[in-house]
Amino acid sequence: MAENNPFPGENNTGHVWDDNLRELKNPPPRWWMLAFWASVAFWVGYAILYPMWPIGQEPTQGVLGWSQMKEYAEGVEQITAKRAQFEEKLAGMTADQIIADPGLKEYTLASAKVLFGDNCRACHGSGGAGNPGYPVLADDDWLYGGTTGKIQESIAAGRKGVMTAHEKVLSPVEVDTLANWAVQMNDTAGAGGSPEGWALFKSKGCTACHGEKANGHVVDLPNGDFVSVGAANLADGIWRFEPGGFESAKHTILYGVNQTNVPGTRDAVMPVWGPDPTRGGVAKLGPEEIKKLVVYVHEFGGGQ
Amino acid sequence: MSMSDTRQHQAAVDALYDEAEHWHVNTGGETIHAKRIRGRWRTIKWMTASVWLIFFLGPYLRWDGRQAVLFDIPNRQYHLFGVTILPQDFWMLSLLLLFFAILLAVVTALVGRVWCGFFCFQTVWTDIFTWIEEWLEGTPPQRRKLDQAPLSRAKVRIKLTKHLLWILIGFFTGFSFVAWFSDAPALWGAFFLGQANSAVYISVTLFTVGTYILAGYLREQTCFWLCPYARIQGVMLDKTTIVPTYDERRGEPRGRVKKGETEASRTNGDCVDCKQCVAVCPTGIDIRQGQQEGCITCALCIDACDEVMEKVGRPRGLIRYASLDEFAGQAPKALLKRPRVWVYATILVVALSGIFYGMSSLDAIDLKVLHERAPLFVTLSDGSIQNKYTLKMLNKMPEELAVRISVSGPEGLKLIGAEAPVVIHAGGVTPAMVFVKVPKRHLKKAQEPIRFRVEATRPDGLVVESERTSVFVGPDR
Repeated sequence: MAENNPFPGENNTGHVWDDNLRELKNPPPRWWMLAFWASVAFWVGYAILYPMWPIGQEPTQGVLGWSQMKEYAEGVEQITAKRAQFEEKLAGMTADQIIADPGLKEYTLASAKVLFGDNCRACHGSGGAGNPGYPVLADDDWLYGGTTGKIQESIAAGRKGVMTAHEKVLSPVEVDTLANWAVQMNDTAGAGGSPEGWALFKSKGCTACHGEKANGHVVDLPNGDFVSVGAANLADGIWRFEPGGFESAKHTILYGVNQTNVPGTRDAVMPVWGPDPTRGGVAKLGPEEIKKLVVYVHEFGGGQ
Repeated sequence: MSMSDTRQHQAAVDALYDEAEHWHVNTGGETIHAKRIRGRWRTIKWMTASVWLIFFLGPYLRWDGRQAVLFDIPNRQYHLFGVTILPQDFWMLSLLLLFFAILLAVVTALVGRVWCGFFCFQTVWTDIFTWIEEWLEGTPPQRRKLDQAPLSRAKVRIKLTKHLLWILIGFFTGFSFVAWFSDAPALWGAFFLGQANSAVYISVTLFTVGTYILAGYLREQTCFWLCPYARIQGVMLDKTTIVPTYDERRGEPRGRVKKGETEASRTNGDCVDCKQCVAVCPTGIDIRQGQQEGCITCALCIDACDEVMEKVGRPRGLIRYASLDEFAGQAPKALLKRPRVWVYATILVVALSGIFYGMSSLDAIDLKVLHERAPLFVTLSDGSIQNKYTLKMLNKMPEELAVRISVSGPEGLKLIGAEAPVVIHAGGVTPAMVFVKVPKRHLKKAQEPIRFRVEATRPDGLVVESERTSVFVGPDR
């Protein structure tokens, strides 16, 4: 090749194609070489300063001692420090006081959104929209009371309402009458139940749990609170168990709620989120977290 | 012509030719040292260049206790005197850019590269830089001599002063640019205390270096090789466009004024081939070769030629603003009979009307209504339907506003959570959560329109307001 080079003395590699197409050995431009050596220098510096060589179990650590986990920890520290000023204030306040303070309320709502999403949304739906069988939290129907105190109780200690199965207690006609009455009550928000229905409701002992006015209040207290066992409010436009209506109401009457050994019984349990006596006092959520959730749930639009 | 007149005349012509040896066409090989002469167009050029004073002084104008024109990027607010423009009003910027693009096109189509010759920052800054050069180093021949002279104390002093002044101008250019984006008086302090943002230092440095290189060294080469507009202008000009043009019929055959030749006996055209037009040209071209890429139509050759024509006793206007049609002997076409004028004017008017509409319809309060989607609606125990809304209210006024919220929509609706006015601080967005309750029987459809209205009273008693339509969702019917 080199011996019969048709273009001698022009610094080519001796490779010639198509008679005159050849490869030259010109050096790259100066700027290119400068950039090349600068990037090599950068690489060397980087290898010294940062983790680099995968030797053994751990890579070389670099003289700066930088690591992603450290950077992450620093980031967490920074955000915790930013939140500290709010968290300190929240610690000494009740849920009602927080709601009264617009700035702190906004902070609490933003903070509790994550808690609600992690712990509550699976059943109660995002925004407290509810799911079949799980109560809507955004409405103003509170079977156990909608004050911050009552909501706190519901979250911390859990709730488990009970209703007897009436399959063997009532005749089919009676069940139909009561179910029809419940539908009428629901349609009219408690104003227009049939007299037969009311008569059955009172004579069959329903008032013991649902109350004299069928609104779920066993006793109304002078301060506006009420005592309840969590029985559904039959005198309003909201169904405790979706989809509501005649068949649904009939099902609840027949098989009850949370009955053992009754197939088809309604399942309705709010777990314990605070200290749980059955688990040796272990709590899923701390008191501050529960307080934030109380504010969050109260502010869905139905809090009292 | 008397004897002394003739002698005087001859002396002037001789002086011109002595000088002419220096002037030749620019091929980029050496620095252009253009000659500076007085004249009508030179004066106009100074006046148009002074428009750039706005660039330097503008940031110091105050309005309502703040900078009159401030492009506040960190806060996403753009203040133009009494008006505050927010990112959502930015569609107007596209119209503004369209307006200026078309303005450039229409001006070029009618009278050539007026932007290049009289307004362009490259032209103006180069003009200032060479003006400083002339002031320090003298006329073009003196400058050339100094460039070739061996290093001496005087040369170093002169050159150093020049470059320092150039860099200073570059710095002021960069600083003034940044001052449009930051409070100018505060920026001065922060800049020299080392407390300004790193973006400020980077921008100022880039501008300083850029100005120094572009106006100090690259100069007309920028127009030749960097600027796309020089290449585009070819398609914008037509036969009716008036640009500085050499009158070939009058000038040719060009030739030197011969000794003893009288005006009556000469055989040459009007052009005396003194190359003064080349001498004064900042881009170093010869206008006698016709309209060309390098010509920025600054009209300085017109001044030069007129002066020579005066000296040699021939009529002015051998180089003048004229169109190709005019040289072809055609009457200039009336402005309004040219379709370009109509098309460009229409686009200009449309863009301007859009901007005026935008500016006049800027609200003092901007209202956005977000309808809660989880849940879409809630049935309440009394059977009515409740929807939740987040109102995002933006206050574009310079003072705090107490905003009253009201709503209109389906019969029997009740607004909850907006009993007290919501206070929004100046330039801020405040969200307000409200509930609207409607009895079920009043809902005719699953979705009904609902209109929110916010209003506030300014300190001067003027009521500002904003409205927005949203939706009220109920159960399917």
